[in-house]
Amino acid sequence: MGELKLMKGNEALAEAAIRYGCDAYYGYPITPQSEVIEYLMEQNPYERTGMVVLQAESEIAAINMVYAAGASGKRVMTSSSSPGVSLKQEGIAYIAGAEVPCVYADVVRGGPGLGTIQPSQADYFQACKGGGNGDYKNIVLAPASVQEMADFVALGFDLAFKYRMACCILSDGAIGQMMEKVVLPEQKPRMTEEEIKANYPWATTGRKRGTQHRVITSLDLDSTRMEAHNRHLQEKYRLVEENEVRFEEIECEDAEYIFVAYGSSARIAQKSVQLARAEGLKVGLLRPITLFPFPTKAIQNLIDRGAKGFLAVELSCGQMIEDVRLAVNGRVKAEHFGRVGGIIHTPEEVLEAMKKQIIGE
Amino acid sequence: MSIEDIIKPENLVYQKSKLLTEKPFHYCPGCGHGTIHRIVAEVIEELGVDEDTIGVAPVGCSVMAYDYFDVDFQEAAHGRAPALATGLKRVWPNKVIFTYQGDGDLAAIGTAETIHACNRGENITMIFVNNGIYGMTGGQMAPTTLEGMKTATTPYGRKATLPAGAGFNGIPCNGYPLRITELIAQLPGTKYVTRQAVYNPACVRKAKAAIKKAFENQINGKSGVNFVEIVSNCNSNWKMEPVAANNWLVENMLPFYPLGDIKVDGKIVEK
Amino acid sequence: MTEEIIIAGFGGQGVLSMGKILAYSGIMEGKEVSWMPSYGPEMRGGTANVTVIISDERVCSPILNAFDTAVILNQQSLDKFESKVKPGGVLLYDPNGITHKPTRTDIKIYTIEGAQLASDMGNAKVFNMIILGAYLKLKPIISMDKVKEGLEHSLPERAHKLIPLNMQAVEVGMNNVKEQ
Repeated sequence: MGELKLMKGNEALAEAAIRYGCDAYYGYPITPQSEVIEYLMEQNPYERTGMVVLQAESEIAAINMVYAAGASGKRVMTSSSSPGVSLKQEGIAYIAGAEVPCVYADVVRGGPGLGTIQPSQADYFQACKGGGNGDYKNIVLAPASVQEMADFVALGFDLAFKYRMACCILSDGAIGQMMEKVVLPEQKPRMTEEEIKANYPWATTGRKRGTQHRVITSLDLDSTRMEAHNRHLQEKYRLVEENEVRFEEIECEDAEYIFVAYGSSARIAQKSVQLARAEGLKVGLLRPITLFPFPTKAIQNLIDRGAKGFLAVELSCGQMIEDVRLAVNGRVKAEHFGRVGGIIHTPEEVLEAMKKQIIGE
Repeated sequence: MSIEDIIKPENLVYQKSKLLTEKPFHYCPGCGHGTIHRIVAEVIEELGVDEDTIGVAPVGCSVMAYDYFDVDFQEAAHGRAPALATGLKRVWPNKVIFTYQGDGDLAAIGTAETIHACNRGENITMIFVNNGIYGMTGGQMAPTTLEGMKTATTPYGRKATLPAGAGFNGIPCNGYPLRITELIAQLPGTKYVTRQAVYNPACVRKAKAAIKKAFENQINGKSGVNFVEIVSNCNSNWKMEPVAANNWLVENMLPFYPLGDIKVDGKIVEK
Repeated sequence: MTEEIIIAGFGGQGVLSMGKILAYSGIMEGKEVSWMPSYGPEMRGGTANVTVIISDERVCSPILNAFDTAVILNQQSLDKFESKVKPGGVLLYDPNGITHKPTRTDIKIYTIEGAQLASDMGNAKVFNMIILGAYLKLKPIISMDKVKEGLEHSLPERAHKLIPLNMQAVEVGMNNVKEQ
């Protein structure tokens, strides 16, 4: 067992990065996730593990630094919050096109535009449905606790390198700012140059004389090759959908009415489940842990098992509900409830919404 | 004497660098990129660092530079090459990292990345090809386009301010040509800053020596950007014959973009 | 056992750090905990509050609308949170600066003269530890040695020499809490 600590979500993410053997963090400060880079700088990871931490001139520069280091086989990450992640979309699209592994955390705040610094989940579309240009997906992990903020760094890097794609840790201001106890993993060594060269033959680490030089690019002006490349990306995403769906069911065994919620909303909805059960209502919670790939089959299974209705609870005007409805496919009722603008719904109002919108008077 | 008598190893006086691939350049005949590619490849070959070199290509005419250099390469988004080079060099301090960028890439859309990589003193080499125009997109105005120069987006010539008449006298128009090389030379993070050209054999030799110094500084140093601007031509978009373009370059570009070292070993060269 | 607490006052009163020490002590006691601050514009000079949950089970929502205990350190916070205490719950406040006293009759209301006692001890910085002591007298969910361990974990090494003073302040708080 690792070390037990009380930490903010943002700090746990940063500490987990050092312990995972992450090679570099390139970032730019923005509320509510500046603790990530502040914690890293304070920890002097260059002395602890040799990890590089650099405050870039912009989010755009930071994601492009990530692109380059990731394309050379290094484990590299960045983090930001909504408006900053919008700036990173250019780099994320290039990362998708060039199949570069990396991890980025988005500690979501309210929008659109400069919006508010308070928690929000209104960037589900941006994280899960593109955001940059072209047909691409990122793996999206949704931590609902400080422990998961730490755990998903390792999971994120493992998946990113397994599939050569970006993995987004889609958090929010509440999970980033709250403190909980966290069991930190043991320190892992950073990969050596020899290990990188042996494990990642695609990485631009300097080509050996007499071997083909490697190019990391998202550009190909030959339409036939470009179509084949896009097909290849889509096949990879289907593979991710088959193998990497993660979710948690809470009190779903006999549930007739189900909340679908991720991240901080899942924590709140879990309390709503308790309140509902105290009233004798058969209510459960499905918590997607991966947002892409989305637990579509899990929702269909719940209907097969007797679920009569779903309420998607999100700190947005209704984004994940679209994926819930695609999964439900008209078989039962599926509605959305969520507060926005930085207001966080209370367990009581979430339960009230379930009663009103799904269960009926 | 037959041709077989001439093509013998002992008669070999010159050959293409081994670090240039067999792929024919897509550059227009007369363009400076071919020469600049050649001397960059020769320098890397002569220094023997090809197994540790990672190049960063820009967006612009040289977007597919990675097809021509037989070293590992990464393709950057428009203007972001210095950020890529930073990201690489910080995690691979012993590798040789260089960017190859045009004027639109380095001095317009990538100005922030250029200035901040230079200001941080990244231990990298930057090759900056300035031909005063956007080549790939079809001859639009570049930040380095000279005043009066006609381009697709300044069809009546670049005007820093609007001319007299109709009451518009003096209000901003296309702005001034940007001497970014002099600008970054002011930053404490740059070590070697020079401006060269490749329009005749003498200046090609000088340019190659400068590029070599810019790579050697990186290999032997710990910090400081080594920055080589090369004033080049774009005969296609300048709409001139190659020779005329080179003459125009000497007569018009060089007075505004004078050749020579601007900063050596971290010190501004007094003129 | 689940104890849901709101601690609210001015920024600078040590609200967040008191919550952190409480949460850390809870971990030392082997409990599940969460610490959720208000952040943002509010943390810049205005009111500050933190929700702390200490439980035998996994904590679900870290954000709550009803509390077992409210620890209130200024008038604005009293106005905001008096109504949020669950029936039968506890409201503990420092009467210093309070002009409109709490009026609910379905909850238990206590006072602690934290500001005065801290001043008597000659160190304004122990204010929040006095409040913590008063709270722990009312809700003895954590033993004193675990509080000490909590302090050791939440204070930086250089501040460890202040732990005896802080523990003394906790005791002062415990001995001076009064029913309203």
